[in-house]
Amino acid sequence: MSALLEIVDVTKRFRGLTAVDNVSLSVESGEIYAVIGPNGAGKTTLFNLVAGAFAPDDGEIRFEGARIDRKAPEQICAAGIARTFQIVKPFPDLSVSDNVAIGAMLRAPDMARARAQGEDILRKLDLYNKRGQKAGSLTLPDRKRLEVARALATKPKLILLDEVMAGLRPTETDRMVAVLREINRADNLTIVMIEHVMRAVMALAGRVHVLHHGASIAEGKPDEVTRDPKVIESYLGMKAAH
Amino acid sequence: MFAFLTRRGAIALALLAAALLAAPFLVDRYILSIILLALLGAYLGQAWNILMGFCGLLSLGHAAYLGVGAYASAVLFVNYGIGPWAGVFVAIAAAIALAAAIGWLGFRFRIEGVYFALLTIAFAEIVRIGFDNWPFVGGAAGFFLPVSSATQHQWWNLRGGEVFFYYVALAMAAAALAAAAALRASKLGYALLAIREDPQAARALGVDVTRARFKALFISAALTSVGGVFTAFWTNNLFPAQVLEMSRSIDIILAPIVGGVGTLFGPIVGSFLLVPLGEALTDGLTALGVNAPGAKALVYGLLLMAIIAGTPSGLWPWLSRKLGLQERAE
Repeated sequence: MSALLEIVDVTKRFRGLTAVDNVSLSVESGEIYAVIGPNGAGKTTLFNLVAGAFAPDDGEIRFEGARIDRKAPEQICAAGIARTFQIVKPFPDLSVSDNVAIGAMLRAPDMARARAQGEDILRKLDLYNKRGQKAGSLTLPDRKRLEVARALATKPKLILLDEVMAGLRPTETDRMVAVLREINRADNLTIVMIEHVMRAVMALAGRVHVLHHGASIAEGKPDEVTRDPKVIESYLGMKAAH
Repeated sequence: MFAFLTRRGAIALALLAAALLAAPFLVDRYILSIILLALLGAYLGQAWNILMGFCGLLSLGHAAYLGVGAYASAVLFVNYGIGPWAGVFVAIAAAIALAAAIGWLGFRFRIEGVYFALLTIAFAEIVRIGFDNWPFVGGAAGFFLPVSSATQHQWWNLRGGEVFFYYVALAMAAAALAAAAALRASKLGYALLAIREDPQAARALGVDVTRARFKALFISAALTSVGGVFTAFWTNNLFPAQVLEMSRSIDIILAPIVGGVGTLFGPIVGSFLLVPLGEALTDGLTALGVNAPGAKALVYGLLLMAIIAGTPSGLWPWLSRKLGLQERAE
């Protein structure tokens, strides 16, 4: 069986800097896959390449077997890949329900149904009671949830989550983990996540891919990867080894 | 369509509509001409607001669409005997062709924000200078339609008296409001709002930003050019220095800015404040014996500053909150 998302020998350079250096990975349908690594490792650049914000300098990206590495972000979203932004990008002057309805209208026949679908998603993410508020007035954890809700509203097959746990308290992290696990299980949604919160990575991810200075240094099950000496040295630090 | 209005808001809208319909029977010709100007301002403001208020694209060159529409329909009528009801489609086509050129340059080369505004000024100036030096349309000396007397009622040729033009302006202002409200509630309307708020996030949610911006630009240009057709047949004379001037573009945008950018009723509220204010100033200063050049502009400018300082997000949001006219913020 072929993978849902295949990244093959992808390289992206910014002037002199090689942000993503010959990275390959493949994600199976239904999987939860984490990309970890220190700041500046190229994780977000890798997401931007998949989501169509940039085109890679070398290599190929395939989704459901078809090349997507020269496509525009809106085409990639229409093909079934949704993404969140690490630095959240709500539509601040619009209500929470409008924000999510705009995501849902991609596949809904009209705004009334887009709104109804959006409200279901807001319930799942505990934002329903805040649906009338302007997105700009939400707290950071709520904005993170809104970012996920809006991406889910586009009914993706694959969702790219860029540090959605950052800034959440442990109880909120656990809640988000439960929500993501439920969505993964019930809707067979494939999740690729960039995450620093190891608590969430260990709880969710089936496989973990570690980037360092743009290059892959390890891939495997979470408990294997976290014991890998190279990973401990470059990213987790000595504390995690004990 | 106006579900966001409260009961009070709906009643206020109905009363306003009734008052405007009855106005020709209630007020004298002078007052009626001021209301007509306010309606035309509301119409043009609505057209501009679709681009700026909904989509976040600042145009400072809307006079170009107005002028192109006005000249196209007037020349067809005078030189070829083609009436305005057919000419309006040529006017729209000409305005859209101009908008396509601006949009192609602006969107193709990612010219955003104030640079897009500069682009619109540049195009408007090119059009103005072009008409100024084009003998076929009279150049700077102007282009004239045969003056219609009040007795010559040919509605099919947009010829008639002041009351006739008043009702045409009222119908246009009402239609523009309805069109803006329908657009606002549609998928395209939400796509435009998303682009205004954050184009990158909009793209990530599957919105084709360039396509939606073109649509907004075409709708706005087309509506504005229809306002130009009205202007041509109402005033019967066209001068590049009037219909194509930069100051005309500024006139168009003041009403929606004062009334509330991005709101449906902002252009109406703004226009119905600014047009009578301008007229009252002219009368008032004349009565006071002040006839220094620029005195009106100075006082008008000071009043504008006071209004904008008092209600920075526009008069309509403030007014509707004070009077409880709408359910939620638009």
